[in-house]
Amino acid sequence: MTKPLYSRGSLIGLMLMLLACALLFASEAVPASHLPKPDAARRQVLLHLLREDCGACHGLTRQGGLGSPLTAAALAGKPADSLVATILDGRPGTAMPPWRPFISEQEARWLVELLQQDLPR
Amino acid sequence: MTLRTLLSAVLAATALAGCATPTLRGSGDLGVVIERAAGSLQVVQQQPPASLARVRGLGDLSHASLVYSRDARYVYVFARDGGLSKVDLLTGTLQARVLQAGNSIGGAISSDGRIVAAQNYSPGGVKLFDADTLTLLADIPAQDAAGQSSRVVGLADLPGNRFAFALFDAGEIWLLDAANPCQPAITRYRGIGRQPYDGLASSDGRYYIAGLFGEDGLALLDTWHLDAGVRRILPAYGQGETRLPVYKMPHLRGWSLAGDYAFFPAIGQSQVLVADSRSWQSVAKVPVYGQPVFVMAEPGGRRVWVNFAFPHNDTVQVIDVPSMQVVHTLKPGRSILHMEFTARGDAVWLSSRDDDKVVVIDTRTLAVRTELPAANPSGIFFSWRAGRMGM
Repeated sequence: MTKPLYSRGSLIGLMLMLLACALLFASEAVPASHLPKPDAARRQVLLHLLREDCGACHGLTRQGGLGSPLTAAALAGKPADSLVATILDGRPGTAMPPWRPFISEQEARWLVELLQQDLPR
Repeated sequence: MTLRTLLSAVLAATALAGCATPTLRGSGDLGVVIERAAGSLQVVQQQPPASLARVRGLGDLSHASLVYSRDARYVYVFARDGGLSKVDLLTGTLQARVLQAGNSIGGAISSDGRIVAAQNYSPGGVKLFDADTLTLLADIPAQDAAGQSSRVVGLADLPGNRFAFALFDAGEIWLLDAANPCQPAITRYRGIGRQPYDGLASSDGRYYIAGLFGEDGLALLDTWHLDAGVRRILPAYGQGETRLPVYKMPHLRGWSLAGDYAFFPAIGQSQVLVADSRSWQSVAKVPVYGQPVFVMAEPGGRRVWVNFAFPHNDTVQVIDVPSMQVVHTLKPGRSILHMEFTARGDAVWLSSRDDDKVVVIDTRTLAVRTELPAANPSGIFFSWRAGRMGM
């Protein structure tokens, strides 16, 4: 059974935001910005991973649990680079594991962008 | 009277009779399947397997758990968003609901069945409620010696209206005596080990054991000898081995103890740890397919079933206890999150989150008896839990 994650309207909005983000990053010449975004199929896999497997500790609605909250409000002001590093390499001394075996750097960056924009839950 | 009016009169009379005399049934063969994403649960019948009702509006049910009332008619559902709901299984209706915390992780019910206890991450602590009305009786913030708040894990009931739980951040075990539920007495055991992640009470209510995430081993409290305090068991089980990243925190409950043995998930190892349940000395380490999440003995104790953390969660393995070997490897579905045996162990139900189904397996033949559709199922809870300590 597949469930639509977003309404068509919010999906278009999301794409516009992503486009805006991409332009922003391009103008700031962030080193990773030239990396290709995950394709549509991979994005579905990543969103599923975010919802279900990140959600195991951070909650389905990302309000937190054993893991800290991942809402846009909770992540506001945190540098994207450090969030990307946390996803990829984990946080020693906490229960956050490194996801590098399963997620590439550009994929982690895409997820951080989504989270900081508070994608629809 | 035309045939049509006669027919409608008969139908109406039948419907009325249906209303007046509802079919009687017991709750001993019922159960609940949590549908985590939809915030709903299904009331199920174990034999023959069937879905009887769906109850909605229970909040964020990721990591939801529940306990049964002592008459096994009601369940108390603890939702991640802090919601505590009381559901009537016989009518399939929500009876009461309170939003009792910002972030909750589970709960327990007292030995007399009159107190429901919720364990919370935020604000960290335990709250006690009247089981009939869900009226708040007591609020016990979990703070370490320095006053720092801690998330609470592993809440379990003990005989005599007592509860035990562990403080993840503080590394403590607390014993709560609710003889007076409005003014419970707390005994604190500090320095029990780093980051206890879950706990269990043995089915006789004697032992409370907390598993440690921040270091090797488990912390054991023998409630027959409280003065002896908490001691470490299975220390340094991971010595000499590389600790793997943990993608899903394991779970502990009383099903880990069976016969002469206790079976525990190793943290960061693809192993099941086996201890002697009298001496608590290590007996064996059983290599398995991935990192265990649930390590559950069949009710008879002859075999132990194990499911695994991401990315190995499509697999379930069965350990033969006398030989301490994996004897079966099953692939019942994608993302197997939970398992539940029937009271006498003739069948085991498994939730397959990503295949939106519950799989019922005959434990004798290992054949799939049936599959039931369920939306993103996680926890499965059968009504035998109503009469069991530590459940």
